[in-house]
Amino acid sequence: MSASLTLVVLAAVLFGAGVYVMLERSLTRVLIGFLLAGNAVNILMFVMAGAPGLAPILGDGVDPASISDPLPQAFILTAIVINLGITAFMLALIYRSWWLAQLGAKGDQIGDEADLDEDMSEHADLQRSSHEDDEAIQRIIEESDEEPDDEFAHLDLDEPDGFTRPNPPDDPATGRPGSRYAASGYSTDDDEGSRA
Amino acid sequence: MTDALVPLVVLVPLLGAALALILGRHPRAQVAVSTATLFAVATIATLLLIEVDRNGPIAVHLGGWEAPWGIALVVDRLSAIMLLVSALMLLGVLVYAVGQGIADNHRETPISIFHPAYLILSAGVFDAFIAGDLFNLYVGFEILLSASYVLLTLGGTGERIRAGVTYIIVSLVSSLFFLSAIALIYGATGTVNMAQLSVRLGGLPEETQLVLHLMLLLAFGIKAAVFPLSFWLPDSYPTAPAPVTAVFAGLLTKVGVYALIRTETLLFADNDLTIVLLVIAAFTMLVGILGALAQADLKRLLSFTLVSHIGYLVFGIAIGTLSSMTATVYYVVHHITVQTALFLVAGLIERVGGATSISRLGGLMKVAPWLAILYFIPAMNLGGIPPLSGFLGKLGLFLAGAEAVDEGNVGGAFAASQTADAAWVVWVVMAVGAATSLMTLYAVTRFWNMAFWRGRGEVEGFSSRLTQSLQEAPAGATLVATRTVPPSMVIATTGLIALSLALTVFAGPLFDLSARAAAGLLDPSIYIGVVFPGGVQ
Repeated sequence: MSASLTLVVLAAVLFGAGVYVMLERSLTRVLIGFLLAGNAVNILMFVMAGAPGLAPILGDGVDPASISDPLPQAFILTAIVINLGITAFMLALIYRSWWLAQLGAKGDQIGDEADLDEDMSEHADLQRSSHEDDEAIQRIIEESDEEPDDEFAHLDLDEPDGFTRPNPPDDPATGRPGSRYAASGYSTDDDEGSRA
Repeated sequence: MTDALVPLVVLVPLLGAALALILGRHPRAQVAVSTATLFAVATIATLLLIEVDRNGPIAVHLGGWEAPWGIALVVDRLSAIMLLVSALMLLGVLVYAVGQGIADNHRETPISIFHPAYLILSAGVFDAFIAGDLFNLYVGFEILLSASYVLLTLGGTGERIRAGVTYIIVSLVSSLFFLSAIALIYGATGTVNMAQLSVRLGGLPEETQLVLHLMLLLAFGIKAAVFPLSFWLPDSYPTAPAPVTAVFAGLLTKVGVYALIRTETLLFADNDLTIVLLVIAAFTMLVGILGALAQADLKRLLSFTLVSHIGYLVFGIAIGTLSSMTATVYYVVHHITVQTALFLVAGLIERVGGATSISRLGGLMKVAPWLAILYFIPAMNLGGIPPLSGFLGKLGLFLAGAEAVDEGNVGGAFAASQTADAAWVVWVVMAVGAATSLMTLYAVTRFWNMAFWRGRGEVEGFSSRLTQSLQEAPAGATLVATRTVPPSMVIATTGLIALSLALTVFAGPLFDLSARAAAGLLDPSIYIGVVFPGGVQ
């Protein structure tokens, strides 16, 4: 039996690299290592088929001794299909373990991205309506003849709990507390979203 | 006529799995499909066992292609026995799982995935038992392993994913070893048909045989959880749902043991590794049981005893005489039923007591006397208390060991100069085996004393050197609220325990059957003659 040295060396290199990568802690690398070693085994099996020859189809005038051995090729095909299935499962497992590592047990309570989008739009609605309320109040205050009382302006009637931080000084140009929401919790959500 | 039944053993569960997958939205229909499927396989296995025992092994050449080219399926007595026991056991556990699933509203076992995966697992196990060539054995292993990955990580909780990763990576490595071994064997002999290999491997140089032999032992050793390759098992099995753990513990390691038996009797009958196997057997028993003694959690304790009792089987395989193989076959059957029954009981204890750790359980005797009986019988059986099958199996193994030493016949064809060495190793292993049996008894009775006999009130603030030195299960240990115990779970457990008692009552006929199976194993020419009626080239 004669064997191709290139293939033997290739199988050896793949084995070595596969085992080396498999020893890493990261699951993705373990999977890559498994794929490399799996392909090394496939090549090993191919080498074991002996010298390559004609396509293994028997017909008139074909010498059975001159065709290549079809059996290892069937083995390799089967092994490739099995590897594919296992790789798909491993990827799902890796994604799941990443999900659990990122979010922990509460990850299961967040439905999916659609729910997150819904939350975002609710936030935006809330922000818009409170802006409108704010402007309406401001208009009422301006329509009244008296100058806005400092004490009254600081009373933050429309702010929900938890957002009572000291207001920045009113904008001298408009006399409105317009920059207030820019510094509050509502808009930082968006900022964080864009930064992430 | 019976020839046609052989492929059905694999086909029926596969078709059942497909049907169960289609019926994913109808849990009741799924239950009906999988129960009917496993019942059908159990019936077929019974017919095959009767036929094979009467008229000798059956070989089926798939697609009509003759042996060296086509795929051969072979059923001899050992295969038929394994098929029947595993089908009955899978059926019992299925009933248990269905009961649990219905009671829990399918939280522990999401039923739409569970049934197809379970049936595919069965198909893989059955395929491994009837495989007539090494590559088909590999495919059988892969089928059952892929399904077991899904079953082990059911629900995808953090704990199960963590345990599953260990299990999957270890299994993948063992599969790579197995496939490389097949490649090398094919390169050396030009065939993967086991009957043909049995003839051709003997013609290879001694060293080449040794390398191929060791590679196969390594691959099967990981699957069977034999000593240095067993550390993955106690970490991965206990986290799965109770029925899944029961199936894994009862069956998956035994498929590895079955492959080891075939390797030693059929493939490398002349290539001798007796001393190596004997030493491995001793270490498997000892290390396994010492691990069990340090566990507070019943599921982990049972996983360690599972490892240690594989050692007895390896001991029987290593001796390799007619009486030792007889005892090994009997012991495999005993161990499948008793280990499965114990894991099912552990699941029941978890439901009734809300935990499986001895530091949290107490007063179960008063709460559930029936549970005490269900635990007591298989526990004593595992420990090897006289009238039960565990005692008979161990006694058979030890008698076979002593007999082999007397006759200077350890390991079959053994050089006279080495027999003296082998003799004292055999005595040492038997002493270790007896000690292991005692320690098993100690481990299971300790659980009995703490969980059943201790009063409920004593659990709070209970302190002793015993409980302090025990290992608890890792963080996130199971603490489930007490729920109702559906009758089908109890019935399934009782059924398996009744089966293990039947092994005791009918030990005589069963030992005779095992002896006939062992005789077939030790004479490879019977197996070869069935696959190649016209002789091997």
